[in-house]
Amino acid sequence: MAVADAGRISSPHDRWYNNPTVRSIAVQVTLVVAVVATVWWFANNTVTNLRERGIASGFDFLGKRAGFDMTTFLDTTSQSTYGYMLLAGLFDTIVVAILSIVIASVLGLIVGIARLSSNWLIRTIATVYVEFFRNIPPLIVILFWYLGVLATLPNIKDAIQLGPDFSLSNRGIFMPRPIFGPNFHIVVIAFAVSLIIAWAVRRWAYARRMATGKGFPVGWTALGIIVVLTGGVFIATGDPLTFEIPVKTRFNINGGWTVSPEFASLFIALGVYTASFIAEIVRSGIMAVSHGQTEAARALGLHGGLVLRLVVLPQALRVIIPPLASEYLNITKNTSLAVAVGFADLVAVGNNVLNPTGQSIEVVAIWMAFYLGLSVIISLAMNWFNARIALTER
Amino acid sequence: MQKLLVSIAIAATLGLGASAAYAGTLDDVKAKGFVQCGVNTGLPGFGNPDSTGKYTGFDVDYCRAVSAAVFGDPDKVKYTPLDGTERFPALQSGEVDLLVRNTTWTMSRDTTLGFTFAGVNYYDGEGFMVRKSLGVKTVKELAGATICVQGGTDTVTGLADYFKKNNLQYTPLVIDKLADVNSAYDAGRCDALTTDRSGLAANRLQMKNPDEHVVLDDIISQEPLGPVVRNNDVQWFQIVKWVSNALLDAEYLGVTQANVDEMKGSGDLAIQRLLGVGDNDFGKSIGLGKEWAYNVIKGVGNYGEVYDRNIGPNTPLGLQRGVNAQWNKGGIQYGIPIL
Repeated sequence: MAVADAGRISSPHDRWYNNPTVRSIAVQVTLVVAVVATVWWFANNTVTNLRERGIASGFDFLGKRAGFDMTTFLDTTSQSTYGYMLLAGLFDTIVVAILSIVIASVLGLIVGIARLSSNWLIRTIATVYVEFFRNIPPLIVILFWYLGVLATLPNIKDAIQLGPDFSLSNRGIFMPRPIFGPNFHIVVIAFAVSLIIAWAVRRWAYARRMATGKGFPVGWTALGIIVVLTGGVFIATGDPLTFEIPVKTRFNINGGWTVSPEFASLFIALGVYTASFIAEIVRSGIMAVSHGQTEAARALGLHGGLVLRLVVLPQALRVIIPPLASEYLNITKNTSLAVAVGFADLVAVGNNVLNPTGQSIEVVAIWMAFYLGLSVIISLAMNWFNARIALTER
Repeated sequence: MQKLLVSIAIAATLGLGASAAYAGTLDDVKAKGFVQCGVNTGLPGFGNPDSTGKYTGFDVDYCRAVSAAVFGDPDKVKYTPLDGTERFPALQSGEVDLLVRNTTWTMSRDTTLGFTFAGVNYYDGEGFMVRKSLGVKTVKELAGATICVQGGTDTVTGLADYFKKNNLQYTPLVIDKLADVNSAYDAGRCDALTTDRSGLAANRLQMKNPDEHVVLDDIISQEPLGPVVRNNDVQWFQIVKWVSNALLDAEYLGVTQANVDEMKGSGDLAIQRLLGVGDNDFGKSIGLGKEWAYNVIKGVGNYGEVYDRNIGPNTPLGLQRGVNAQWNKGGIQYGIPIL
């Protein structure tokens, strides 16, 4: 209070309620009380009404047997609990989101660079791609892939053979499933060790180039180390990997790995749709780098690819990363469009939990909490990355 | 999205509503001038919009019967098409006054959702449809098959129960919207389609080539379908329950849409009570006029007429009465007497 009043001339006519500090505290307290009271009033009314209407409430249902089957990535059966079913839905959502983010980033980067190409054909194709997918709602893009492309594939009886044991039909892509033998972990360890060696080589080569200016073929050496070491251990451990081959049965192709059309359409659609936005972000990022940088790099004798990789993209990334984060958030949230094609994501599973239990308020709360959690994780990761690549002020 | 909105609406109505027991559905319906009825998004014979957007069907006629009882006019109904996962939130939130949408009466729905079932308008069972070319005759042969099923229904549970009990493997494809389930099956995405047998008869007609498909004889569950209301309004529940009974009683007593005026002069005391002849005023006890049941029969006919017109042997669905015949004709439909 002393600080707040420091500049004021004290007057006997000042009343305590005219004191700015008292006032501001009073306003804040009133606001907090009002907010808490409103929330409490809503919650209390809801609970009372639910009880009076005989509608079940609370989260006890999460531990009960679900009693329905859905095709999910995690192993679920009708014996699983509602809670586990929702986790399986969350897992499916995360898988689709991550894969879509990867494909959208790669595709978006390529298209974004292609839009600035000096080659007319490449530039035009990239522009058409961006304008096409950017202007169609994502739901339509999903339905386009699901109904327009994947559903028109031949029936399972006349599946297209892509190779031995690989087939493509309107039930999805069927392929052999790797089965890891008891010694497979040794191969994984060998792979990790080879990665560490490759990284060490890279560090050594970098230090030597800084010191002496001599180059070293890091890429090829690293590849060689990884292939020789991992491959050698793989052979030495004696066939640690076998395959489960998909087999045609009366109705289906069973066994092996299946990529369902529901998953494929969602993943491809979100990938190509969001790539069009990412392409624009990449393009604007590159254009934000002053042309002088390119000219200076050329003057130093760097060729086109190196100019892009060493000079332009690192600077462009600082412009690209913040809007890229919101595209990643969009992908994650758009996975909820899975309900349109029957992919068992968090929302689709939630719908089926919501129905037999009737606990819509709880299920909606779980949806919100899970999506909020995912979004926060993505935001934090992108903020960390952004801070890492930010221009270091000297 | 719609689901989220409905859920928010539930939260809002439950959160804002004063916590006294609510009993004014009839007054609300009278004040707004129509019954808001939740029906299927498109199941021929049960609840289906025709080419002009007008809803017709067996379930739709129950909405119309309630409208006739309340207003003396069967057409004062507004319809809300609802898919499997939307229907219960819509009724809980008060978005609809009444839900007649091939909804199976189960104990959990009756006791934990805040609902009460007002009767059984169709005794059904879960069945399967397959392509004739598969040569499948029984459900047990479907081991290893991919099966399409609509999400948010108790069909999903019936399917899981049956395959678990018989220790059979299958791949479920659970889709929310009925039309999407049908088109996935029709495109060959699934080997079989499962739902209530009455629904299968209707779905078969929506296939590109209905003759290529066959409904298996096996019935794997009991599915009593009926109208549902919220459990916080006894009067409204009584209205829907007694409209259902009046439809059955009328068929039993031989009162039809065509002869209902003539039947007013009948000497049969049961018919006089049903039609509110003389000093009989059963409508009063449920807040309706003396001629409530007369209006119902005048408006939509009796149970048998409603059945035959929408789903009976002479309609495209061609469903025999079977267990849904009157109790004295070999079925189990039994109207509670108006007495």
